[in-house]
Amino acid sequence: MTMPAASPSPTLAAPVAATSVSIINFSFKPQVIVVKTGAEVTWTNNDTDAHTVTFYADGSGSKGFQNGESYRHVFGTAGTFKYHCSIHPYMVGEVIVHA
Amino acid sequence: MEPSTSDAASVEPTTEPDGIDRRGFLKCMAWAGTATVWTISGGLLTSCGIQKAAPHTKDLYFVQISDSHIGFKGAANPDVTGTFSHAIAQVNALPHRPAFVAHTGDLTHLTQAGEFDTVKQLLGTLKTPEVHTIPGEHDAIGDTANQSYLKAFGKNSRGKGYYSFDLNGVHFLFLVNTSGVENLGVLGTDQLDFIKKDLAGRSSDTPLVVFSHIPLFAMYRKWGWFTHDSIEALSNMRRFGSVTCLNGHVHQLMSKTEGNITFHAATCTAYPLPHPGAPGVTIPKPVVLPAGELYSALGIREATYVVHPGTVAVKDDHLV
Repeated sequence: MTMPAASPSPTLAAPVAATSVSIINFSFKPQVIVVKTGAEVTWTNNDTDAHTVTFYADGSGSKGFQNGESYRHVFGTAGTFKYHCSIHPYMVGEVIVHA
Repeated sequence: MEPSTSDAASVEPTTEPDGIDRRGFLKCMAWAGTATVWTISGGLLTSCGIQKAAPHTKDLYFVQISDSHIGFKGAANPDVTGTFSHAIAQVNALPHRPAFVAHTGDLTHLTQAGEFDTVKQLLGTLKTPEVHTIPGEHDAIGDTANQSYLKAFGKNSRGKGYYSFDLNGVHFLFLVNTSGVENLGVLGTDQLDFIKKDLAGRSSDTPLVVFSHIPLFAMYRKWGWFTHDSIEALSNMRRFGSVTCLNGHVHQLMSKTEGNITFHAATCTAYPLPHPGAPGVTIPKPVVLPAGELYSALGIREATYVVHPGTVAVKDDHLV
């Protein structure tokens, strides 16, 4: 994955050190997380509708996943990785990866 | 039926970036089941405008179904395949055979091959000469090129699945506005160019019927219920005397008139979504209804182009 180019820049929450993200009430919580290079991040869908984790940079990410299902991704390089739900594009999040 | 906008009035009264004042257009639209600005004549909901009919047109009857979401799992509808099958049976039991049935997207819930197979098999049981489809965003998850959709339903379409045809003197456009990389509600330059060229040589008295998944009008921006570049598309349609835009996506009825263009959002066969702007509603979460009430929130749409007065009348039936 490459660094994202232009992408929407809504006001995001303050970064939180975490490797788990809950999808709840049509939002990613925590919305912005900080991890170290090589960390595996897990998103778990706790909503009653399906969601995706789709990275702006190249459109890669999860398939659609439903309530109770999870998606995992390992971040191998440092950088800021912005993503959204492709079904509900107003749901946005960010992973900041430090070396 | 008395006009009312009581529910709709709770939607934010802001002026949109596209220049449409939400409070203003609320005067000409309504939420399903609570209000209408349409008049009922002979059992049909009839749109406001009186247009001069083109001389070569004939009356035409067709059906719209939408948002089957095959593959959805949740309490809002534990059996979406069952309700979709029921909707198809209801279409097949109509007293008149429709010239075609149009499915306006979100055929599947997760863009899975098995889901497309199920939808295709069930659509094949419709008693109609033609079935037309367009994709929704649920048919393009991880697949912005719409390859899975096109493999199942893309025959005779262009680009990501758009096309047009003529029937009984009425011109039909099936548009795709669900597969933008960063945003939904995008037609894109290729399709805008197609629309412009497709309509360029047509007489202004040709009735137009335009299908899309996401509304071509700004229904509720906060939830993405609008099309970013619809103004350019609609600008090519404003010279026509009768333009009817039929969409899905929002899982509820809503209508709006803008000059010669009428918009009708359809309900679905899967599960209801909340009314945006209603008290306590902040997210478009599937609504779980009390037992026995689901069918009344789902439905099919009958539509008839009537030469005199030259407009499309729609009649929305809930599942029974």
